[in-house]
Amino acid sequence: MNRITKLALATLTTITLAGAAQASTLDDVKKKGFVQCGVSQGLAGFSSPDDKGNWSGLDVDLCRAVAAAVFGNPQAVKFTSLSAKERFTALQSGEIDVLSRNSTYTIGRDTSLGLDFVAVNYYDGQGFIVHKSLGVKSAKELNGASICTETGTTTELNIADYFRSHKMEYKAIAFSNNDEAVAAYDAGRCDVYTTDQSGLYANRLKMAKPEENIVLPDIISKEPLGPVVRHGDNQWGDIVRWAHFAMVTGEEMGITSANAKDMLKSENPEIRRLLGVDDNLGQGMGLPKEWAFNILSQVGNYAESFERNVGAKSPLGIARGLNALWSQGGLQYAPPAR
Amino acid sequence: MDAQGTSQGPILPPAGVVHGPLGWLRANLFSTPFNSLLTVLCLYLLWITVPPLINWAIIDATVSGTDRTACAGASGACWTFVKMRFGQFIYGLYPIEERWRVNVVFAVGILLVLAALSPRVPGKLWSGGAFVFVFPVLAYVLLGGGLGLPVVETRLWGGLMLTLVVATTATVVSLPLGIILALARSSRMPIVKGTAVVFIEVVRGVPMITVLFMASVMLPLFLPPGMNFDKLMRALIGISLFASAYMAEVIRGGLQAIPRGQIEAAQALGLNYTRTMGLIVLPQALKLVIPGIVNSFISLFKDTTLVAIIGLFDLLGMVQTASTNPEWLGSSVEGYVFAAFVFGCFCLAMSRYSQALERRLETGHRRR
Repeated sequence: MNRITKLALATLTTITLAGAAQASTLDDVKKKGFVQCGVSQGLAGFSSPDDKGNWSGLDVDLCRAVAAAVFGNPQAVKFTSLSAKERFTALQSGEIDVLSRNSTYTIGRDTSLGLDFVAVNYYDGQGFIVHKSLGVKSAKELNGASICTETGTTTELNIADYFRSHKMEYKAIAFSNNDEAVAAYDAGRCDVYTTDQSGLYANRLKMAKPEENIVLPDIISKEPLGPVVRHGDNQWGDIVRWAHFAMVTGEEMGITSANAKDMLKSENPEIRRLLGVDDNLGQGMGLPKEWAFNILSQVGNYAESFERNVGAKSPLGIARGLNALWSQGGLQYAPPAR
Repeated sequence: MDAQGTSQGPILPPAGVVHGPLGWLRANLFSTPFNSLLTVLCLYLLWITVPPLINWAIIDATVSGTDRTACAGASGACWTFVKMRFGQFIYGLYPIEERWRVNVVFAVGILLVLAALSPRVPGKLWSGGAFVFVFPVLAYVLLGGGLGLPVVETRLWGGLMLTLVVATTATVVSLPLGIILALARSSRMPIVKGTAVVFIEVVRGVPMITVLFMASVMLPLFLPPGMNFDKLMRALIGISLFASAYMAEVIRGGLQAIPRGQIEAAQALGLNYTRTMGLIVLPQALKLVIPGIVNSFISLFKDTTLVAIIGLFDLLGMVQTASTNPEWLGSSVEGYVFAAFVFGCFCLAMSRYSQALERRLETGHRRR
């Protein structure tokens, strides 16, 4: 991109943002009566429509949580499918209120697009899947392996770095698209197939005998995925961030969609504060005091959402791994609700 | 000569020519050693591809059940996926209880098209006019809502319905617009000609994907915040203008094939420009370029799949999206086969109709 184009784009973005920042997103959302949420065009476990056309997935649940917090109704969401290329523009131009579309949180995107990443609802990273018959338990045992991968992606560069830094040899077999790489691995042309871990689990289902393959526990790159809002509307950013944190805190305190009502009678001061029994933590965000109660009773806590969409109760069967609570060896950590 | 024969007896076929299936085989498939070799090779190719295909698609295929567990262990196609998602492939995410509206639009559209295209039905002007002027309004109200019907936003439109909406709109807009542009480009007025040339060259000079991206990614940045054209509307305008530019060049080819003498003769009869073009030049020119026009329509019909890159679910996009549902991961092949079949049917129908139309309008110009 030359300088003039960059300047023009920057000016354009500034003008757009200056305009967009005038009206508060929360007021707009309340006025129209629903949250407009940008999702993918179909990604297993994160956002995809079912037989009836209802969207479900981990990213979808976050949008429903925001709607539950604002309106007390998780159905007050409209979903816009966005391709990878238009997703950020759709947010900048105000077509959507929140982007929850498995977008990787990077410094470049956070600082120069006029957008803010407000949370990480899934810690992804590049992993490996191997044939069970290989008897490998860790990526460190992959010396000399042949690896199927997709050309022109960062996955190729990441394995090069990983194998060099561990002083191991490998043979890369690159394919121009993902389905070809999976098919080649499945046909036995290589020992290992590599891509982001959530993708490994999804692709495993496409294989002839899914149970004959195992995903190794090692993760060699950082791909934090999370919701994005427009820069400059901090109140709306707070709402989306705390919608996610409320789900995580809910899991930590054992509040589920099934027991949320009983929890209102709990003696635990932390639970009473979060659910708005003693305190009104929603006030600062312009939300009703039962905002967190609505999220947890209508959408469920983070563990419920995870298991239902990508975890053990879904066909994907992804292990919690990095996405376990901090107290259980994972990275999901919510600041205290007080 | 009289075919009944002469008094000496019936005329016998010349000696040495074998008729019947054997003769046909020898004449068409085994006329030379090289042809025989090709025939054997083709038969072998068919033998190694067709039986496995039939096995996969029909004999070993599964259609029963409601989820992928029904297909577990089956080696053939899992048509259960297409069966369960059939509604979505046709209507997209259109609300199930409102789908009758799409059916009405389909039915009226098919009737009007048949009436306008079939040579046996009289009143072409009425049915054609209704299709071009009344039908779009009816379709817009029925599909989009209003006048007492619940509103269905365009982001819920999808599947074959969206493919047809995009293709029909672009077709109906591009033909008249293409004629106007072609006439403008062959005009002697410099401003009219210049405008047409610039429009056609600019639009033809960029790929369709660029046009769609401009419409869906750049345009919203230029508009004031909060003011958003409907995404489908933006795509429709982009695709229609794109198709018009191509159509204009096809039609200009036809205009150039009409001898100058035709125009001079029309002028000698005292016809003005409109009548010269409308009665003498265009009818001949359009007839000449029917294959080109239909070619453009077919390629346009298939180009509609590109709207998937701006997040609209046409038939192909819907198939892709449906196969990403965790319940149906790995069923994409069956979906693609279904989409290919539907596209194939539509394109074949268009192509056959154009051939029939050419035969009907045949006036002896065609070289054999």
